[in-house]
Amino acid sequence: MDCKTLLEKILKLAKNRQAKRRDIWRKIKGDIILVLCLTGIIITLASLAAILFDALQEGLPWLDIQFLTSFASRRPEQAGIFVAFFGSIWVVALTAFISFPLGVGAALYLEEYAPQNHLTSFIRLNISNLAGVPSIVYGILGLALFVDALSFGRSVLSGALTLSLLILPVIIIVSQEAIRSVPRADREGAYALGATRWQVTRDIVVPQAFPGMLTGAILALSRAIGEAAPMIAIAALVYIPFTPSGPLDRFTVLPIQIFNWVNQPQSEFRGLAAAGILVLLAVLLSINSLAIFIRNRYQKRGR
Amino acid sequence: MNKEKIEIKSLNIWFGKKHVITDVNMKIKPNAVTAVMGPSGCGKTTLIKAINRLNELIKISRTTGKIFIDKENVYGKEIDIFELRRQVGMVFQKPNPFPKSIYENVAFGPKLHKVANGKELDEIVEKSLKGAALWDEVKDRINDDAFSLSGGQQQRLCIARALAVEPNIILMDEPCSALDPAATAEIETLIRELRQRYTVIVVTHNLQQAARISDFTAFMYVGKLVEYGDTKSLFEKPENELVEQYITGKFG
Amino acid sequence: MAGENIKNIAIKRKKRRIGEWIIEKLLFGTAVISVFTTLAILGVLLFEAVGFFGEVSIIDFFTGTQWTPLFKDQQFGILPLIGGTLLVTAIAIGVAIPIGLGSAVFLSEYAPNRIRKTIKPILEILAGIPTVVYGYFALTFVSPILQTIFPELIVFNALSAGLVMGIMIIPMVASLSEDAMMAVPQSFRDGAYALGARKHEVSLGIVIPSALSGIIASFVLAISRAVGETMIVSIAAGSTPRLTLNPLESIQTMTGYISQISLGEVPFGSLEYKTIFSVGLTLFLMTLVINIIGQWIAKRFWRRY
Repeated sequence: MDCKTLLEKILKLAKNRQAKRRDIWRKIKGDIILVLCLTGIIITLASLAAILFDALQEGLPWLDIQFLTSFASRRPEQAGIFVAFFGSIWVVALTAFISFPLGVGAALYLEEYAPQNHLTSFIRLNISNLAGVPSIVYGILGLALFVDALSFGRSVLSGALTLSLLILPVIIIVSQEAIRSVPRADREGAYALGATRWQVTRDIVVPQAFPGMLTGAILALSRAIGEAAPMIAIAALVYIPFTPSGPLDRFTVLPIQIFNWVNQPQSEFRGLAAAGILVLLAVLLSINSLAIFIRNRYQKRGR
Repeated sequence: MNKEKIEIKSLNIWFGKKHVITDVNMKIKPNAVTAVMGPSGCGKTTLIKAINRLNELIKISRTTGKIFIDKENVYGKEIDIFELRRQVGMVFQKPNPFPKSIYENVAFGPKLHKVANGKELDEIVEKSLKGAALWDEVKDRINDDAFSLSGGQQQRLCIARALAVEPNIILMDEPCSALDPAATAEIETLIRELRQRYTVIVVTHNLQQAARISDFTAFMYVGKLVEYGDTKSLFEKPENELVEQYITGKFG
Repeated sequence: MAGENIKNIAIKRKKRRIGEWIIEKLLFGTAVISVFTTLAILGVLLFEAVGFFGEVSIIDFFTGTQWTPLFKDQQFGILPLIGGTLLVTAIAIGVAIPIGLGSAVFLSEYAPNRIRKTIKPILEILAGIPTVVYGYFALTFVSPILQTIFPELIVFNALSAGLVMGIMIIPMVASLSEDAMMAVPQSFRDGAYALGARKHEVSLGIVIPSALSGIIASFVLAISRAVGETMIVSIAAGSTPRLTLNPLESIQTMTGYISQISLGEVPFGSLEYKTIFSVGLTLFLMTLVINIIGQWIAKRFWRRY
């Protein structure tokens, strides 16, 4: 073997080694990235587990019939969630009554009736912007407008109106999607039979879009139940020893009660807060399961 | 009977800036099947949708000209467009039954116009399904979901639905293009029967079909009416060169 | 039918026309409520804020570094509140963006379908937990743990609140980014694989740039959400307005202040009452600007597939 071929052989070996090293480095990079992403998921799942574990550990000991049926009290052993629970029910029920028809109506208008002009674009833009406004700003609005200016006071009605304004953009957007999923061919067939716009909307669009609209509204309402910030602005943090008997009564809701207990220095209130959280989560779980049940049941009926 | 059922005069239609129908003039005879033919995009569907003013569902559409049905201009100022559409029935390219039962589909039209209910409605539904040659096949499962029917049956259901409101004109937009040959044959037989009681206009891109079922044929090209006449003579001796090329398959 | 003419089409039925008109106007009314809401928010905020700025100079408000409206010596400089908001927000997105994006990449590019289908609902659950619960978690679980790491840590501090807020926002970033990445056509990935690229090179080099518009939109939405969040900071961050970069200290955010004042039932019309609206206006404008910037950025990077 002469010098030239020997040199060539050494160079070739060196190049191969370099290429292999680059390849190995690429592979390592890929593995590192996979591990990082996996870590992300694991942290996320672990957080959820930690939250639930914490709430269950602190709260279960305090969760009993007495807790569910007592009024709030300065003494932790006697405090209960009764008033807050029914306050929540009152407010959310009234909110549903107000926001669902308004939201569905607006969605129907935007999808079936609205002409393509500046006003319509402005309304659409408005709705998507409102969806991004912090919930406490709605609380401020409700405070100044419903509690003060319209003199509804710190009542269930003010709370429900405020929450309705808060979730209205969400209901509208979800209903719009449900309406859009109704095929154009169905509408055309109805128009060809001589149906008016309202007849097409009422007899073709709404029946098909309704399950989607209902599911979306229920999910929006479940968000409303958990909202503390706007409710604090409306109801404030006053001791309420009664459940509401009318929409103009004062009230409190589960999140406010939990917030109240969390802020107390004594350690027993920590357990109470956790128990309240368990009740709130249970309510949310039931409502969301209802929504999912409805969605699944009506999806089966589809084409 | 030499009077025209439909007279189309100087019809022009724009979708936004696109001029899709240019200066169409046409006289359509009653109790006959008129085929409207032409290559893709020539405006056949837009033309027939102008008769029941269904183009107006498209927000950017604009129509000028007149269409007379029995000497009444359907684009007149005081025309009730919903009553017009009741009397001009339409069947679409892809069968579009409503997601309701067979009965509810056929009953939908009469219910809209508050024509009848109860027993009378049942009779109307039966009569319409018979008129669409579907009654025998569905009479025992009339409350079943419309989508449980085959393609051809669904299309006949749509025809029954159109018949239920007692139109006197029936528009059909490529009614067989989504169907298999057996179903197509069913529909073609039905069309030949319908001619006795209604004025039928059928859009089709299928030459043989047009030759089979129609009495008159109109040929459209890029929004213009190029030739119109008796089907037999148009196919045997077309006057227009484009038509001749289309018929002999030079393009399509 | 045979020989029958078309009839009655020349008379528009008046009753039907009126009915349709009424319905259309009613529906229009419901749609207009959204415009009314925006006007009401602006109106309410501006009205009271104008009253506020009649008594407190705007310059002092936006440049002052002391916020003590409830003390005898009333100072109205909002910078501590804005500083507190930004500090907590920075910590939150420092947590949420890497973890959220990493999770999204995992779900979209690596995870087999079955795992994806199990994890997505879990993300939805995390997103549905009310913020009071997160606040409780920050105070009773996270703070004590942090105190073992940083012994000088006070119970109420920006770090606990920021970390937990970050956890709260993760599902938002993860879901939206994942949707954006799933929308990238498989053909793009196939093309890259065919050139010999490895999985991470496809994800980082092809998928993420293609989905950039949706991903950035999710970041901006997350920032907006963090700025507007109230309960976590009210419970865990403290109520001491303080302009500082040290996350171990107690601070107060704009939202925390508003909720604190609202709890106390201040007399309507007083200067303290009006601070709700001046701070509220600042908060509203801030989130509005963030949202608009987000929409603009998303539009710039948007590609249709």
